Amino acid sequence: MAAGGELQLLGSWYSPYVIRAKVALGLKGLRYEYLEEDLFSKSDLLLKSNPAHKKVPVLVHGGRPVCESLVVVQYVDEAWAGTGPPLLPGDARDRATARFWAAFIDDKFFRAWRELFRSTTDSQRAEAFRSVVPRVETLEQAFMECSEGKAFFGGDAVGLADVALGSFLVWIQVVDEVSGTKLLDGARFPGLAAWAERFLAVDAVKDAMPEFERLLEHYKGFLAKLASPAAPAGYS
Amino acid sequence: MSPPVKVIGALGSTFSHRVEAALCLKGVPYELIQEDLNNKSELLLTHNPVKKKVPVLLHGDQAICESLVIIEYVDEAFEGPPLLPIDPYDRAVARFWADFMDNKLLKPFWLAHWTEGEVQKGFAKEAMENLALLEVQLRGKRFFGGDTVGYIDIVFCCLAPWLSVIEEVTGMTVVDESEYPALRQWEKEYNSYEALKPCLPGRDQLVAYFTENKEKYKMYANAWAQQ
Repeated sequence: MAAGGELQLLGSWYSPYVIRAKVALGLKGLRYEYLEEDLFSKSDLLLKSNPAHKKVPVLVHGGRPVCESLVVVQYVDEAWAGTGPPLLPGDARDRATARFWAAFIDDKFFRAWRELFRSTTDSQRAEAFRSVVPRVETLEQAFMECSEGKAFFGGDAVGLADVALGSFLVWIQVVDEVSGTKLLDGARFPGLAAWAERFLAVDAVKDAMPEFERLLEHYKGFLAKLASPAAPAGYS
Repeated sequence: MSPPVKVIGALGSTFSHRVEAALCLKGVPYELIQEDLNNKSELLLTHNPVKKKVPVLLHGDQAICESLVIIEYVDEAFEGPPLLPIDPYDRAVARFWADFMDNKLLKPFWLAHWTEGEVQKGFAKEAMENLALLEVQLRGKRFFGGDTVGYIDIVFCCLAPWLSVIEEVTGMTVVDESEYPALRQWEKEYNSYEALKPCLPGRDQLVAYFTENKEKYKMYANAWAQQ
């Protein structure tokens, strides 16, 4: 492998942020050792590698940790620039656009969607859904502008914004199933709905995503704990 | 000839300063358009329809938004000394600290100064834990990047020109000199750095701005504390 040194990824199977790292590594065709973390009983390696946040994903390359999912994706892109497809475009303006939308997805979209994720009653769900829809409208428009008729936010190939949003797709489906919603409704958001199908069909994405049924059971367990008096830590 | 560069910014904004600092260090001339955040202009709303916030960089007919995105754009689009490190691992470390500033330190740091009572104590504790990590990073170094101001330093600018101003206006001290000697020394180094002089905000101007808008900032802080 280029840029010598072994690769390890510390993660948890259900974390969308870990999925981002897995997709990036997969798109670049990189081999790595995957270490599943129990987020309620964190390993010494995790605590030592990410003392500031104690969170996954952590990519350890030649013994050196890289933390924060979007930082990991860009690191993978830059450290293996000659390997596989680029994850960010070459033009500075287009790179800025990709980074802007990735930041929006984390800052605005996820924060709104997280309320739907954490809803345990129908009225909470209705309110949360109403709050997240405008974010999806913005992203639908962003997709149309960025893709310019091509398959992904990044154009012909998967890029940073695709990975940033796409990492949530199975989670979005799981939460939709439980809350009776359809966030990326094809009638309302045709661009994003079609994009989602294409993204999920990419090999590196298929390998990274958790199974729907397994995630659904996990989510139901999470909601049950959330609805009970002692709510769990370990979920942001 | 490269198209003209303009920055839509605002006096009190640390994010706006980051962009000016980046352009300054890169050696890119620019025109500053000061925004009145109480009365946002058509120019701002047209060029940042999604967030409606400063800073916005206008480069010819392109508009770039989000301070960290703008810094990387400036680094990539213009000739001049590099703002981010060249090595991919060092770049990852730099981007990590930028994320740390905006997503871990900023809220408790800001609110530890602008709130009161038990709420303030909670944020102060969180801020101090995070600041301790920075203190360790700075030991033995003049700046986060080494001998010269770089990306991480300008990302942390709220701990430089703004810190003593906020302390004066709110009367609150969180970054105690005895506990954070490296950070307070870094603050002095940043504020007197020759290459930044053209874009460093005047201290008196900042004090006047925050004093005039004190009640509003306290109100924003209390609202932010609830989120």
